[in-house]
Amino acid sequence: MGIRFVLFVNKQGQTRLAQYYEHLSIDERRALEGEIVRKCLARTDQQCSFVEHRNYKVVYRRYASLFFLVGVDNDENELAILEFIHLFVETMDRHFGNVCELDIMFHLEKVHFMLEEMVMNGCIVETSKQNILAPIQLMEKTS
Amino acid sequence: MSPFSSGTRLRDMIRAIRACKTAAEERAVVRRECAEIRSAISENEQELRHRNMAKLMFIHMLGYPTHFGQMECLKLIAAAGFPEKRIGYLGLMLLLDERQEVLMLVTNSLKQDLNHSNQFIVGLALCALGNICSAEMARDLSPEVERLMRSREANTKKKAALCSIRIVRKVPDLAENFMGPASSLLKEKHHGILISAVQLCTELCKASKDALEYMRKNCIEGLVRILRDVSNSSYAPEYDIAGISDPFLHIRVLKLMRVLGQGDADCSEYMNDILAQVATRTESKKNAANAILYECVQTIMGIEATSGLRVLAINILGRFLSNRDNNIRYVALNMLMRAIIVDTQAVQRHRTTILECVKDADASIRKRALELVFLLVNDTNVKPLTKELVDYLYVADPDFKEDLTAKISSIVEKFSQEKLWYLDQMFKVLSLAGNHVKDDVWHALVVVISNASELQGFSVRSLYKALKAFVDQGSLVRVAVWCIGEYGEVLVNNVGMLQAEEPITVTESDAVDAVELALNRYSADVTTRAMSLVALLKLSSRFPSTSERIKQIVSQNKQNIVLELQQRSIEFSSIIQRHQSIRPSLLERMPALDEASYLVKRASITQATIAADKPALAVTLGGLKLPNGVAKPATSPLADLLDLSTDDAPAITTASTNTAPSDFLQDLLGIGGINSSTTGASSSASTDILIDLLSIGSSPSQNGLPAAAFSLPAQETKPVSTVPQVGHVVPEVMDLLGSLSSSTPVSGTKSAPAIPQDMDILDGVPSNTSVSGPDNIGHSSITAFQSATLKINFDFKKQPGKPQETTIHATFTNLTSISYTDFVFQAAVPKFIQLRLDPASSSIAPANGNGSVTQGLNVTNNQHGQKPLAMRIRMSYKVNGEDRLEQGQVSNFPPGL
Repeated sequence: MGIRFVLFVNKQGQTRLAQYYEHLSIDERRALEGEIVRKCLARTDQQCSFVEHRNYKVVYRRYASLFFLVGVDNDENELAILEFIHLFVETMDRHFGNVCELDIMFHLEKVHFMLEEMVMNGCIVETSKQNILAPIQLMEKTS
Repeated sequence: MSPFSSGTRLRDMIRAIRACKTAAEERAVVRRECAEIRSAISENEQELRHRNMAKLMFIHMLGYPTHFGQMECLKLIAAAGFPEKRIGYLGLMLLLDERQEVLMLVTNSLKQDLNHSNQFIVGLALCALGNICSAEMARDLSPEVERLMRSREANTKKKAALCSIRIVRKVPDLAENFMGPASSLLKEKHHGILISAVQLCTELCKASKDALEYMRKNCIEGLVRILRDVSNSSYAPEYDIAGISDPFLHIRVLKLMRVLGQGDADCSEYMNDILAQVATRTESKKNAANAILYECVQTIMGIEATSGLRVLAINILGRFLSNRDNNIRYVALNMLMRAIIVDTQAVQRHRTTILECVKDADASIRKRALELVFLLVNDTNVKPLTKELVDYLYVADPDFKEDLTAKISSIVEKFSQEKLWYLDQMFKVLSLAGNHVKDDVWHALVVVISNASELQGFSVRSLYKALKAFVDQGSLVRVAVWCIGEYGEVLVNNVGMLQAEEPITVTESDAVDAVELALNRYSADVTTRAMSLVALLKLSSRFPSTSERIKQIVSQNKQNIVLELQQRSIEFSSIIQRHQSIRPSLLERMPALDEASYLVKRASITQATIAADKPALAVTLGGLKLPNGVAKPATSPLADLLDLSTDDAPAITTASTNTAPSDFLQDLLGIGGINSSTTGASSSASTDILIDLLSIGSSPSQNGLPAAAFSLPAQETKPVSTVPQVGHVVPEVMDLLGSLSSSTPVSGTKSAPAIPQDMDILDGVPSNTSVSGPDNIGHSSITAFQSATLKINFDFKKQPGKPQETTIHATFTNLTSISYTDFVFQAAVPKFIQLRLDPASSSIAPANGNGSVTQGLNVTNNQHGQKPLAMRIRMSYKVNGEDRLEQGQVSNFPPGL
């Protein structure tokens, strides 16, 4: 199925966005987030951006104080996922203008809308920033 | 305030949560907010719905329960306006999942929205459906989705295509409906539609073979065209990433090509050119380009590519592997794992680089590289590779040592051509990472040492030296102590020196020192200490001069708080003090352990199910431990003792002339008698005894049921008393144990009248079931299984005071007119239940129900009272030489078991 979950976590390990594409109970989510965050945050910049965890891989990328983590199946193209993270960040950047952690917190639903346009059921749907942002900007105009 | 913006109150909440210093404060804030949202929901406040939903999403993200908001989502979805629907669907996707009943209620709203005239609302519904639909919803709504794939709007098309992926995954039967529409979408120009359609095609190919064939016929041209267009296209700013046009589409197409080309030469040939073009023309400077190359190489490795193309791919791999970027190296290792199946030689060329990667600072890379090395090992390169890996053990960090030792041990076990080399490598591993070695690995090592009589000297000396240097490595200490105990005199006298060995001088007291150190070391666990005690006992007979000192060391442990050690010490002291005459023969060297049966045992341990055709398994350790009140936990040393006196005439004469046998001897003989009946019943107890020996005192839980042990006066009061009987039974027993072979059946009646009860004990029935009828709580019997050919009845017995345990007496009746041979019954139970199968009465079930096979089952329900018993059963047998198999589930156990 490709992408299993998308997580934003700050340096303190607090979740800032979580979207799962497979069902996990709240307890499982908490446990998983804790384990992964501990693993990823401990790594240095020189180490590669992939961590194997349980039966899947976590591809992560760090932007300032935020970690963007994407859990994927084992046969997924890790480099492409890195590119996807970057695309996501660029998209947010275009919308919010110099996006920061607070933007994401206060506009959580908008970030979710963007993600929804980009990924559906674990598959990448749209990679054009313009197409991704079109419905969101349309909504802002009308309201 | 607009209905869409989430309002200031959301901000307030987030600020409040961020201001929390402790988790408790945060919980309090969240609790307060939740309470407000609940009351808003119950008062049905329209204006706050939207904001409350946004808050709930935030709370959900923090990991708090938000189920009370689920109905609110449904209400928002049912609302007319877009903003309400928008947040409602988002809430639906985040807060609900397909397993919840509430979801069924949303089907109708979804259907309406799918038919809505506004494309954005249709898009929302498709997105929600694609993320969370269940199988029923998929069936209900698939016609709508199919129709929407032909819509005019690009947005709707792409979402409908992705939604179909979910539908096909949930209900694979629907795949054929989507084959046509999916392949026609490949003719589109819009990248969003293309990427969705390609993914849908991939999913369809996985779901049905027909679809795969269909795609091979109809889509391959389209795919090649897409790939050519996208890689040749001029600059397209919207899809451009670092100068590459839409790498995501590239990758998805390449992935689908891999699926189509796998095992299909025609398809593969059709793709060759375009793959070569992608592989050569993509410049590998940027990450996006490398992602494409990576996918391209995987596809080339996956399909029936020409050799030229393969060479191209391997070259790209080589380039990746020498890249300095860790990400690239990681994926290169990943790809080599695939490549090794296609072209081992090409991968072997990179061996040195891969070995370097095993030592990388990055755990992810190390792990990949280690797995790859494991695949690379063959007979010719095993020695240098193992040396590299063993050398690396010196510096590897502790987390990694476990993986590394496991891999090294399995490499040396698998490829060892000579025992000396195997032993040498294993000793190194034990010395460097003894604390990370799994039990079965060092058990195997002990078996090998005991068989290699010419290398025992080398082993014990190497281990002695290693023990001096690496006293903290748990499994090294165990193996070393065992070897010193067994081969102490070889160590001291430098027997069997190999040419390359340096002679060492070890005095008798040095050897004792070493073992004493292991015994008293603070870090030693019970197993190590117990093994040390046995070794000391053995040394006391090997080196008579140290006997007095050993006696003292052993008696220091008489007050040990660990029962196991205390008991051993007491017993061993009494052997040293009071039984000088039989000691040397008791403590003789162990006979070579049977490698073949150990391997069988090791394999069967890894299998979770208890196979009924190995009756040896059913005779568990408990059986050996029950009969005597005195020595019950210390079975293993006793088994040791028995084992050691194999074929030992003096031992028997002392035993039989000793008219008033001491406690210890009684124990010895008592156990012997029981063993004879065990082996009589089950013909190959050897593997168990072997394990007994190896896992000396391994788990306290096995140390038996004291109550049962003491409730056996028959055993205690009827010692095997007359000399001729003793003389008759003992040698055979010893023979059985010693040779570890299947036995000549010993007629149990000769040894003592108590034998039937002993059999009970061995079967794990805690007390004299055959005699004490009234004690048993009766349960009605059930028909556990019935087919046209076979009927199985279960009768139940329970012991008073042990509600968890149930003894089941199973009766198998053949209902056909042909008798069954090789009848084997197997059963599996959930984790909370423990099951033990006794040997079946026969492996032949006579025809027409003329007699039947019976078998005992012991079940312990660890969740007695909470969960009922349940069992899956399987019967295999042969009818006229043909294999038959029947299976079923037993769920009609009477309540209260």
